Amino acid sequence: MSNKSTPTERRIILKNADDPNYSNKIGCYLREGGYSMLKKSCKMKPEDIGAEVLKSGVRGRGGAGFPAGMKWKFLDRKSGKPIYLICNADESEPGTFKDRQIIHKDPHQLIEGMMIAAYAIQAKQAFIYIRAEFFEGARILESAIAEAKAKGFCGDKILGSDFSCDLVVHRGAGAYICGEETGLIESLEGKRPNPRIKPPYFPAVLGLYQCPTIVNNVETLCNVKHIMEIGGDEFAKIGKPNNTGTRIWCVSGQVKKPGYYEFECGALTLGEMIYDVCGGLLPGRSLQAVIPGGSSSKILRADERFSGKLKDGTEFDWGVEDIPLDFDGPMAAGTMSGSGGIIVMDDTVDMVEAMANINAFYAHESCGQCTPCREGSLWMRKITQRMCDGGAREEDADLLLSVANQIEGRTICAFGEAAAWPTQSFIAKFRDRFEEKVKNPERKKSSLQLI
Amino acid sequence: MNLSEETILKIDALIPKYPEKRSAALMIIHLIQDELGAIDLEACEWIADKLELQPINIQELITFYPMLREKPWGKKHIRVCRTLPCALRGSYATCQALEKKLGVKEGHVRDDGEYSIEFMECLADCGEGPVVMVDEETYENVDSGKAEELADLLKSGKLEKSKKFVSYENALVQDTSLEVASKPKPSKK
Repeated sequence: MSNKSTPTERRIILKNADDPNYSNKIGCYLREGGYSMLKKSCKMKPEDIGAEVLKSGVRGRGGAGFPAGMKWKFLDRKSGKPIYLICNADESEPGTFKDRQIIHKDPHQLIEGMMIAAYAIQAKQAFIYIRAEFFEGARILESAIAEAKAKGFCGDKILGSDFSCDLVVHRGAGAYICGEETGLIESLEGKRPNPRIKPPYFPAVLGLYQCPTIVNNVETLCNVKHIMEIGGDEFAKIGKPNNTGTRIWCVSGQVKKPGYYEFECGALTLGEMIYDVCGGLLPGRSLQAVIPGGSSSKILRADERFSGKLKDGTEFDWGVEDIPLDFDGPMAAGTMSGSGGIIVMDDTVDMVEAMANINAFYAHESCGQCTPCREGSLWMRKITQRMCDGGAREEDADLLLSVANQIEGRTICAFGEAAAWPTQSFIAKFRDRFEEKVKNPERKKSSLQLI
Repeated sequence: MNLSEETILKIDALIPKYPEKRSAALMIIHLIQDELGAIDLEACEWIADKLELQPINIQELITFYPMLREKPWGKKHIRVCRTLPCALRGSYATCQALEKKLGVKEGHVRDDGEYSIEFMECLADCGEGPVVMVDEETYENVDSGKAEELADLLKSGKLEKSKKFVSYENALVQDTSLEVASKPKPSKK
């Protein structure tokens, strides 16, 4: 353990969100200097904005961590077809609740980021695809857009320029798969959200209505505003190389102070997050496992160790608590930072029940397009449910693993991996619990019911 | 199908917002479901007609999306988050407490149509679990004990005015009122 002091939050995206004197109305946003970056950007060449975003190195905050500037570069500008911008506000990865804060508390930041992005890619039409459970969130965005339109920040001839871009709020209807960008596009076209096959054609070439389309996460689009504020080079100095900017980490599960915390990438370790920032575990409990990046990411066992070489050549030898919270740290530990949803589990958790809970989620959310995922996710749910109902068998761990292995890599979209990785990692790291379930089928009194 | 004038006006205003008519399907379904509680075959045919589609193009949405309904939920619909982060804070016990107090099982509507309970997949408020939604309001940290209190207040019609249970959405409104109260600051020019 290092003896450096507790890292402090650096709030860029959430700077104003929790200020009691701040509201989601445009007056507040303008008082804080809002929309001045849009004014600045509209005087620039669109491609120069893209260049700043590329220089900033900002990686997508939705889960895959793909560089946003690169995504924009793939845009087909030569086809002559209209270009679309879509904000993915479908926030639905279990353990993630960052976009909720931005949408409800600082919607104009998102709108400004979107309008800058729309100008940069020369989109004439933009959409915010918001999950339907955010009833009030959708209303807040609608009224914020109306406010922005009235002031000329959105809609026709933005800020008196020749650039026009309309912004429409579109509500989903409770399906997790709509967070997958091509599923989202299908949904926005009014169809079932079955994801599309890619490669070769990504949305930047063939997206909404088969036109070039950029889909970015809420937090990513907010970052665009801040990149324009300080410039791509300065932004790239926040955090560390290849892991630039801040990230909003969402901590849930069994810690004293769960919540959302914004830190520079790599400013703290997973252990500092759990013990210092979140006040540690509940009294008398010890750490059993952490899921570091939303329920799709591979689980970490508290006593695991990881060693190897990082991309920059430095050698590492980490315990779970030493994993740096950025993009590359969790990746080096064989998992991912995903959407930033850290789910903490203490020693009271029945790991087979936790597995069953996660499997029930993926079985419910599989779109059903690909057979391995549709059938496999259901099998995994049924097997783990049976194990928790007193019917565990010795071969179950291997059976689960074989089902998961046959989903991974055999589906149109990454949902297959998202459904398989939890099972693969639970079996790899907690096989003993699955075997113990055969001998002791009863849930311990100290364990919460999870299925 | 009896739709109010207001809803029809909203639907007509909605369609031109989209480059292609079909895109308006989900939003139209939401508007009609908000008024009628569900989308039956007649509604599917009506929407399809409006968007120059076949009824199956609408029906396939209703049967796919978890929040779209062929039959209405109860007058008050309670959603309990089931997914891991909330479960790790006791959402199963929360759901059971609500089932007992409101006299209806999860996934069902009470016989008199008053209440229905639904286990939901992640409501994206995992830091404040267990999360319970009553219609469109989100209540946080509702453990089983609080769930009983919440159900009692709901039954007596006092939940909305309760000071103990302030929804996530209402807390935002209170912030705004603070802003309004402190507004007469001299404007900086």
